[in-house]
Amino acid sequence: MDDIQKILLEQVADLHEVPAGAYNIRANGGMAGRNTTANIDIVTKEDKPGIDIYIKPGTKKESLHIPVIISESGIKETVYNDFHIGDDCDVTIIAGCGIHNGGKDDSEHSGIHSFFVGKNSKVKYVEKHYGRGEGTGERIMNPTTYVEVGENSYVEMETAQIKGIDSTDRLTEAKLCDGAKLVVSEKLMTHGKQYAKTTFNVDLDGVGSSANVVSRSVAKEDSRQLFISKINGNNKCAGHTECDAIIMDDAKISAVPEITANHLEAELIHEAAIGKIAGEQIIKLMTLGLTEEEAEAEIVNGFLK
Amino acid sequence: MLELRDITFSVESEKGEKTILKNVNLTIDDRKFVAITGPNGGGKSTLAKIIVGIEKPTSGKIFFNGVDITDKSITERAQMGISFAFQQPVRFKGIKVKDLLKLAAGGKMSVSGACDYLSEVGLCARDYINRDVDGSLSGGELKRIEIATIIARDTELSVFDEPEAGIDLWSFNNLIKVFEKMHSKGDRSIIIISHQERILNIADEIIVVSAGNIDAVGKKDDILPELLKGTEGCKFYKKAEAVTASTDK
Repeated sequence: MDDIQKILLEQVADLHEVPAGAYNIRANGGMAGRNTTANIDIVTKEDKPGIDIYIKPGTKKESLHIPVIISESGIKETVYNDFHIGDDCDVTIIAGCGIHNGGKDDSEHSGIHSFFVGKNSKVKYVEKHYGRGEGTGERIMNPTTYVEVGENSYVEMETAQIKGIDSTDRLTEAKLCDGAKLVVSEKLMTHGKQYAKTTFNVDLDGVGSSANVVSRSVAKEDSRQLFISKINGNNKCAGHTECDAIIMDDAKISAVPEITANHLEAELIHEAAIGKIAGEQIIKLMTLGLTEEEAEAEIVNGFLK
Repeated sequence: MLELRDITFSVESEKGEKTILKNVNLTIDDRKFVAITGPNGGGKSTLAKIIVGIEKPTSGKIFFNGVDITDKSITERAQMGISFAFQQPVRFKGIKVKDLLKLAAGGKMSVSGACDYLSEVGLCARDYINRDVDGSLSGGELKRIEIATIIARDTELSVFDEPEAGIDLWSFNNLIKVFEKMHSKGDRSIIIISHQERILNIADEIIVVSAGNIDAVGKKDDILPELLKGTEGCKFYKKAEAVTASTDK
């Protein structure tokens, strides 16, 4: 693995070396490393690019890393990763994609992730997207995530795209069974002429299911963002979606929350707020000795932390 | 230390130009604890904002340690040694109490250092250090954290705008101790805008600002009795009181 690939790996997965536990590292369209454990098996798909991950019932306190790195310009790939998570598990999955594009051709990664979570399990999914490189080719990521949360299971998803991705169109769909819970926290920052679209589509099908979808984003310079969040309450359930965005410079942000109650006992809330950084926040930090630029950076970093 | 020379501040309003401060001249000596008081809307907060650079005077000059700071920015004044505690502390999403204290201390601060500052304002550090400085904190808690940032800055001049507002009685006693401690260090000057007699009591000097003018400057023994005369109520209140008294008979 060369230095650029190491930097990408560190950015998307906080990895300085080969991780402990199960992992599958995909680099420039091929497998760069894999490790399976007694409880976590990884199998290459035969009909299309991607992997099947099988996590045995009762697997506790194990982690799985599946970073993807692209350091050659012009690679375009769609990868299908399916996660089969058994009952009574407690696992952390760290995904992420880093693209270094030093050339003139576009590099594109579309990760299609499907999660099938059994009963009474707890899954934490962390995903970071990062781009760099001085080339004129665009860095594009279009992830699709499909989640089925089994009875009384809990899925927490943390996604972050802070730097360097020119264009992204992210779709997350979820179906929740009885007593299942989904918590999504998305952090997004766009700058330059970047465009980011995020769509959440959550079906609260089960009795007592609940979802909390929260997005915090900052749009700078000429960038554009579109946030769509749909929650359908199809049973006695609780759903909350929130979009909180800071707009700067000449950016444009749209937030489109949509909640639909198809059941009398569905309790759904949406909140959306877009605004520039409050002047008084900058002034306060300036009275602590920060310059206006430093104050702004501090506020943005805190907001996305 | 601080000198305001002929400061006037006017704003444009619907009814034309409105003068908030009129030719204010004021000198705050080194190591002084000065309380600024006076009726609401008299120009006290504007005066504080002009000192720290949030507002620019329409005319006049400000000197800090002999340097003309009239055209200096908020940041420059802060770096020169002026601190300001807001009347209504600002909330931040995602900035933690310890982050704010660290920024106040100039970027370097240990967790135990942050705990010391919070303890000084009567907050249990463990409960607060990792909390966001946002709407989840009450007004009184935010106010105390605001004061902790000023203690952390430890600058030559600290300006507090109504630090007692929104603070409960127990905390208020602690607040008095905080100011007494800052003052006892001896090498720091403090300006506090306040309506509280107990704060006025511990000040070296009281300045009364009313209708954009400095009405009086002096020691508390001279100023306080005059000030308290004004609290006997308005004529309407007196009339109502008289009516109530006659009904009671």
